[in-house]
Amino acid sequence: MKTIKTKSILIALSLLTGVTVAQKLKGSDTVLPLAQKEAESYMKANKSAKITVTGGGSGVGISALIDGTTDIAMSSRKIKMTEKIKLSDAGKSTKETTIAQDALAVIVNPANKVSQLTREQLEDIFTGKIKNWKEVGGDDMVIVVYSRESSSGTYEFFKEHVMKNKNYASTVLSMPATGSIIQSISQTKGAIGYVGLAYVEKDVKSLKVSFDKGKNFVGPSMTTAKDKTYPIIRPLYYYYLTSMEKTVKPFVDFCLSAEGQKIVEQVGYIPLTK
Amino acid sequence: MKPFFKNFSEKLIEGLLMICGTITSLTVVLIVFFLFKEGLGVFNKKAVEEGYVVMVNKSNPVNSISPEDIKNIFDSKITSWKDLGGKNDSIILFRLEDISNYFTDEQIGENFEGLPLLLNRVVDSIPQILAFFPEKYLGKNFKGREIEAGKITFSTFFGGKEWFPTAQPAAQLGVMPLVMGTLWVSLGAILLALPLGLAAAIFLSEIAKDKVRRVMKPLIELLAGIPSVVYGFFGLVVIVPAIQKLFNLPVGETGLAGSIILGIMALPTIITISEDAMRNTPRAMKEASLALGASKWQTIYKIVIPYSISGISAAAILGIGRAIGETMAVLMVTGNAAVIPTSILEPMRTIPATIAAELGEAPDGGLHYKALFALGCILFIITLVINLIVEFISGSKKNRRV
Repeated sequence: MKTIKTKSILIALSLLTGVTVAQKLKGSDTVLPLAQKEAESYMKANKSAKITVTGGGSGVGISALIDGTTDIAMSSRKIKMTEKIKLSDAGKSTKETTIAQDALAVIVNPANKVSQLTREQLEDIFTGKIKNWKEVGGDDMVIVVYSRESSSGTYEFFKEHVMKNKNYASTVLSMPATGSIIQSISQTKGAIGYVGLAYVEKDVKSLKVSFDKGKNFVGPSMTTAKDKTYPIIRPLYYYYLTSMEKTVKPFVDFCLSAEGQKIVEQVGYIPLTK
Repeated sequence: MKPFFKNFSEKLIEGLLMICGTITSLTVVLIVFFLFKEGLGVFNKKAVEEGYVVMVNKSNPVNSISPEDIKNIFDSKITSWKDLGGKNDSIILFRLEDISNYFTDEQIGENFEGLPLLLNRVVDSIPQILAFFPEKYLGKNFKGREIEAGKITFSTFFGGKEWFPTAQPAAQLGVMPLVMGTLWVSLGAILLALPLGLAAAIFLSEIAKDKVRRVMKPLIELLAGIPSVVYGFFGLVVIVPAIQKLFNLPVGETGLAGSIILGIMALPTIITISEDAMRNTPRAMKEASLALGASKWQTIYKIVIPYSISGISAAAILGIGRAIGETMAVLMVTGNAAVIPTSILEPMRTIPATIAAELGEAPDGGLHYKALFALGCILFIITLVINLIVEFISGSKKNRRV
């Protein structure tokens, strides 16, 4: 009698999980193309799974996670203290998984003579201390700094990692999307900015950077990012509720598998090195 | 039977119309209520990021530091306690990440259980310290003293000159650059669009032949149907480089680029409305003028324009309204630097662009989020005033006719 009962419960459970494995992912627009690709191949392999992926921004994803309207929040930044407090107020806890990495390339106009900068020089340029290219070995030309919007994960990461938490100068131009940064830099001679490695193209020139006060300068590429000699690399995250771990685990594991990491490289991000 | 049915269906339709009307007005009222409820929440919130504290050694005489000074300290622009009314000592900054410079990982513990004690030790032992860390690591019997960073007030919000909503530890929420940017860009747009729009309207209503008008009017109205992101892209690729070359500027993303794009976008509104007003001039008045020997041009500027002036003003104001609220096109071409502009040839940041760009990633319910809603309130009030002016002008027209 007992076995029948447990069996029927098991069957019911498997039916439930087997038929309605619907998952929602929401958040960062940086992670969006990757998550979409991962979801597509995951659904091909598992016919019963149904995954919907939507963007909106890291903050949107995490607040959706707090409200319970998404299963996984995609984020290009670490969860903030305020958001953690909200979660614990709601009696929830999250797990964080790094699913890929993204290298940021510092780019200038192709006509610019300068080909390398140190972290200190980058900091001074983005905080507005250095205002002319001749101060860093270029032509006598005003530096025009382009950045992403203050709320984007990319903006925060660059600020923390390259500018050592100093604030951007208020004269920095902020652009709504990576595409418009590239467009603007390709048509502005004195421009400098940063974009994800996947977006670098021939209309802009990427700079070599040095994080050891000018001893070694490394340019951004898939190889230098993979062997970690290139210094400006950031992690991309999935956040999910600890209570939901069972439901989301298969998909998260798929993203971390060899197959999933191959997709990471196809999309233009840096696979995790084990 | 039939009259009853007719009566019934009439009642039904009446009822449906009433319900639709009520729902629409209720929605509007609810949206406005929500906007102000969220927006006013920004005042009296602490400027220091929620869940964090700023601490000093208890021997430090400084009690409070303004958010602006905190930002300058963390940007290394203020380096001595003397500048803040304290001792002549340099400020030693401490962030949570810096703990690894003072203690080993074992001391901190795997789940940071050692942190409260260690933080206490750091703040207690260094008199020149300014520490910034999460409130939850504040142990009991903490020996430091919390710095008051003040709250967001009306005057700091509206008079502040810096917009750094994500600055740590204290956000800078001064809306002055954004309000000024919005006004500059809109003013530029209207200065460009009004003469052009009026000229086109006069041409269409008075000079153009019927055939020409039948082709041109739909074309102009088509302008209004182009999505704003297309205008923005056009501006970024064509107008921005052109401005850069023309004025020999280091950067082409300027308020002027935004004004030109907005001007083009406001044209259909201005042309259609003022043309309609001009065509309403009674034929008898025009013919009387011509019969008295006035030329065509004299008739236009002595009869047609004065008669339709209120329609023209309404067109101009509605055009401004369109310009002030426009988001995407402006976001793409004005450069969005939050500085108080001194000329139209500088990058500017407008209110709608700020809301669109920042709301997506602002933590829900936080200070930044509420500040963006407050910006929405400002925009709402600006457009409300504009609409009231339109009402006033069209009202005065009726009075004059009587």
